[in-house]
Amino acid sequence: MATNQDAEAAVLSDDMAASSPPMGIKVIAREFMRDKLALFSLIFLILILVAVFIGSYLVDQATVTTVSLWDSYLPPMSMSEDPVHEGTRYILGTDSAGRDIFGLLLIGARNSILLGWTVTVVTSAIGIVVGILAAYYAGLIDNILMRIIDFIMILPQLMIIIIFVTIVPNYNVFSFALILIVFNWHGQARFIRGRALTVGRLDFISASRTMGTPSLVIMLREMMPNISSLIIVNLTLNFAGSIGLETGLTFLGFGLPTGTPSLGTLVSYATNPDILENRAWVWLPASTLILVLVLCINYVGRALQRSADAKQRLG
Amino acid sequence: MWKTIIRRLLLMIPQIIILSILIFIIADFMPGDPFTGMIDPNLDPAQLEAQREAFGFNDPLPVRYVRWAADALRGDFGRSFNYQQPVIAVIGGRMGNTIRLSLLSIILTYGIGLPLGILAGRYNESGLDKTILVYNFVSFAIPIFVLALLMVWIFGYNLNWFPSRGSISINANTTWEVWTSRLYHLLLPSITTAILGTTSIIQYLRSEIIDAKVSDYVKTARSKGVPIQKVYTKHIFRNASLPIASGFGFTIVSLFTGSIFIEQIFSYRGMGYLFLQSINTRDYSVIFVLVLFYGFLGLIGTLLSDLILMAVDPRIRID
Repeated sequence: MATNQDAEAAVLSDDMAASSPPMGIKVIAREFMRDKLALFSLIFLILILVAVFIGSYLVDQATVTTVSLWDSYLPPMSMSEDPVHEGTRYILGTDSAGRDIFGLLLIGARNSILLGWTVTVVTSAIGIVVGILAAYYAGLIDNILMRIIDFIMILPQLMIIIIFVTIVPNYNVFSFALILIVFNWHGQARFIRGRALTVGRLDFISASRTMGTPSLVIMLREMMPNISSLIIVNLTLNFAGSIGLETGLTFLGFGLPTGTPSLGTLVSYATNPDILENRAWVWLPASTLILVLVLCINYVGRALQRSADAKQRLG
Repeated sequence: MWKTIIRRLLLMIPQIIILSILIFIIADFMPGDPFTGMIDPNLDPAQLEAQREAFGFNDPLPVRYVRWAADALRGDFGRSFNYQQPVIAVIGGRMGNTIRLSLLSIILTYGIGLPLGILAGRYNESGLDKTILVYNFVSFAIPIFVLALLMVWIFGYNLNWFPSRGSISINANTTWEVWTSRLYHLLLPSITTAILGTTSIIQYLRSEIIDAKVSDYVKTARSKGVPIQKVYTKHIFRNASLPIASGFGFTIVSLFTGSIFIEQIFSYRGMGYLFLQSINTRDYSVIFVLVLFYGFLGLIGTLLSDLILMAVDPRIRID
């Protein structure tokens, strides 16, 4: 009899082992193996990031940003005509001031990526804190936070950012990042709050509350892990959005200050119809790089999103 | 219904007041005042200062705000010192262009989005669906200014299919010529805007239709002999279009705001172009009213979305 029971238990535990769902990184890895395009995007994205960071490290910003009017608007692959830069070959040509487009592209991409990432991480962090606080305490705190968020949402965001960029004294990279953060955290907070509300209503949270678990522990150790996959997905998708916003604002002339080249700076040459039509090498590489970056990041984000939701998984 | 509308409109009043106070405070940080542009060697600075005093520019902020608000309620939003005209006249002169751009963009957005969404949903997992999904993904991810530049470059400059700048040709004289020229100039910017606008329409419509296909009411309709075509037009589409109908208000607003990039790149003289121009010339009175207008538009859009949702879905009652 006892052996019989043991056998049954063994079968049961075997079944459980077989049906235990794959967790964490394994799910993500499987999703990427199933979707070859996502895997390709991920590899391509990593290659771009590595190339940009190593490349911009090797390129000397002082040399790249030096003006040499001899070399103004050289087409790609031409040799320098300036005696000072004797023997330099400009792979992607030069801009109006004879600066190397390739070097500007590397430095610009690095600046855009770093700024985009910083803004994304900080806004997400604020969003997570505000969202979880609002969802956990509900009531008055939730009401106040949500009214603030509602108000920021009705602001014409792009216009307000441009106005702030023009009125801030001693405008620099830091103040630009700050302005972007101030007008972008609310979307994150709204999103996180929505998800945290659903988690907060689950029985185990109520049980934990009745047991007297400190609020901080519930929020950090119990609610946050349950929305962590969504946080990662959101981080990825917002990263692409932040890069788009920064380069767009820089393109309009209200982004990174002139001393800090961005991909948007290179694209903004295209506001001159002559350059747009006849000297595409100045703005096209930067536009293409922005496009490829956001497409790859978004595609990776979509794959992560699917792996976070069991119903949508491919594998 | 009317009660809800009136209540929502009343609720908008405090929001607009807060918005205007906020922008007023921000505007106060901006250097200069309407007299800055009138500085003239023949004018005594002391006299100018006296004028400032007389017009009340040196009064405390709350006093100036109340005076501004009282004027605004009478329809006087101040003067643009760049154009030396009332702000209302300056903005009104540009509004027509933006409204035309937005109207055509809305028509194209739904004209492209609805059929693609329906096709993708109806024939999901087919080659057509996959193509539409690729289009949908790219239009979701691509930043508006990159798309607009590529469009101008390819279709405006290289292929020469469309005019690449401006809102009207200088050779247009007769009424007919004026309108066709306007339409011709509108096409490329509104197609660009529409490509980006279709994203959420296609996404929602596709997933709603896929969900509806296996629902009970569709099975019932099919088993009582309703032809498949009719099931799609009469049953599925009606239900699937709910989220799209409710998004209509937001779509309109986002088209207006997206017009800053579009108008800048296509040198299309609308309100977005005016905004950037006013920022560069520090024409604060125009900036102030434009921001207020767009904020107001955002509120109207939200209200419109809720009302449409209420109208198309009788189950929903929004207070």
